[in-house]
Amino acid sequence: MAEKLWVIFAMAVVTYIPRMLPLVVLANTKIPEGFIRWLRFIPVAVLAALLSPQLLLQNSTLSVSVHNSYLLAAVPCFLVAWWTKNLFITVTAGLVAVVFCQFLLS
Amino acid sequence: MQGELPTENIKERNAGTEVKPAQEFKLGALQAVPIMMGYFALSVAYGVLARDAGLSILETVAMSVLVYAGAAQFIAVGMFAAAMSPWAIIATTFLVNLRHLLMSTSLAPYFQRLRLSTLALLGTGITDETFALNSAELAKKRYHYFFTYGTNLASYSAWCTGSLVGAVCGSAIPGLDKLPLDFALPAMFISLLVMQLTDRLLIITAVLAGTLSLLFAMLLEGNWNIILATVLAATIAAGWEKWRKNSG
Repeated sequence: MAEKLWVIFAMAVVTYIPRMLPLVVLANTKIPEGFIRWLRFIPVAVLAALLSPQLLLQNSTLSVSVHNSYLLAAVPCFLVAWWTKNLFITVTAGLVAVVFCQFLLS
Repeated sequence: MQGELPTENIKERNAGTEVKPAQEFKLGALQAVPIMMGYFALSVAYGVLARDAGLSILETVAMSVLVYAGAAQFIAVGMFAAAMSPWAIIATTFLVNLRHLLMSTSLAPYFQRLRLSTLALLGTGITDETFALNSAELAKKRYHYFFTYGTNLASYSAWCTGSLVGAVCGSAIPGLDKLPLDFALPAMFISLLVMQLTDRLLIITAVLAGTLSLLFAMLLEGNWNIILATVLAATIAAGWEKWRKNSG
């Protein structure tokens, strides 16, 4: 019981360090220009890297089929995102789409 | 150009002469509503799962309050249930959450001239989702770091509240986990990604990172796919950009 709490505490420490350290160290340092140019690609790359497995993998296997409701719902979601460039409209459209797709598949 | 970091502008923005911090905070919290929906749904599921795995309500909620990292918490619950060694759980948590290193690094140039304590506090709230939202917002002209406080606090509250609800009510709420509310997170990623695809090289980077991530996810254990795909795609894109510039 008490041991679990200690493990959780240690988990908190090792999670916090990579979150905090670059901000604290780099925000007040002169960052080389080449590095800044590299950093420009990070947000887009992270987003794509997070997104593609969420849409295309089911239980660690590739799932490109009409039975994958997340993949189906992603199509209208992308279109709405492109047209509106609006976060709320896109997320709402995505949720409606996924409910609709799951209803169709059930 | 969205991609370059106009350092001078950022300093002015962070000086916050024209932007009102309270307003930015509210704006940040409001923009985080999709995150809150997704986090609530996921953290309720986490709470239920953790209780099933034998964690007490206190332990379940403490993990959300202290660790605050979705994927790692789900994995840790599984490891607790399997009675794995504390060191294995701690090491796995560290590795799973190492990707935040990249996100924190990517945010750093925007937060110049802030106090160390402010930076340390801003760092507590970095998750995949808050990073995505903030990196899109930072690319805009007007920005104040209180926006980040807003998104961070709103997302964190939803995660902790959901964990408590899941831990206490457990399976008493039928159907709550059936609603595909967690699709709010990929939907948000789609929106933020599309918003940031402002030139062809960024589009190529995204396609490359997405493909590599998928490949690594199928080939490797754990979630190394995110770090590896991101670093590889960004390095290839930056290298290509430099080569193009040098050769003409």
